[in-house]
Amino acid sequence: MDILYFAWVRERIGLPRETIQTEAATVADLVAELCAREDRYAAAFADVTALRVALDQELTGFDAPLAGVREVAFFPPMTGG
Amino acid sequence: MAVRIQEAAFGAGAELDRFTADAPGAGAVVSFTGVVRDVDGGLRHMLIEHYPGMTERAITALVSEAKARWNLTDALVIHRFGQLAPGDPIMMVATASAHRADAFAAADFLMDYLKSRAPFWKKEVTADGADWVAAKDADEDALSRW
Repeated sequence: MDILYFAWVRERIGLPRETIQTEAATVADLVAELCAREDRYAAAFADVTALRVALDQELTGFDAPLAGVREVAFFPPMTGG
Repeated sequence: MAVRIQEAAFGAGAELDRFTADAPGAGAVVSFTGVVRDVDGGLRHMLIEHYPGMTERAITALVSEAKARWNLTDALVIHRFGQLAPGDPIMMVATASAHRADAFAAADFLMDYLKSRAPFWKKEVTADGADWVAAKDADEDALSRW
């Protein structure tokens, strides 16, 4: 599964994307798994209410299931326009 | 209908002239241009990051929704990414319709949604350092109008 990070999430974790093997059932499970890996993930995901997540480029929630998903992206609230 | 996500600068006037010339059946053309605002005279530049793929997809979906809700003959969205200087156009929206009410409403709708549903992130670089621009609650609240 490809995981992408944008804006300050990318800066805190220190990389724009990575490919991982995971059995996580939901986005929240994946976040818990990443946080357990290293402090920089725990720092980036400290407050998930300040974050947004997209699965295969569609905005969704942290309770969304990951079955069949190829690309997960984490980022702060968007500031377009 | 066109959606362009680009690093290159664009001329809002030339884009609007072209859009208007290519809008048969339109009696009204509305356009909005967003410009990099200086912050207390100290902005060196703005960096805009985006999510290639999702950006085009999200904006195309917004344009389709606008087209379904209002009677538009055409619509254009241009949004830049990369490094921009104060005063540079960041983005523009143009809508064309037979009468002005639809063009105004659709342009307003597209702007509200581009603010908080198109995956762009802005960073302001000043003499003091660099800071990500925080999303405003007001921008999220604006969506409830629609």
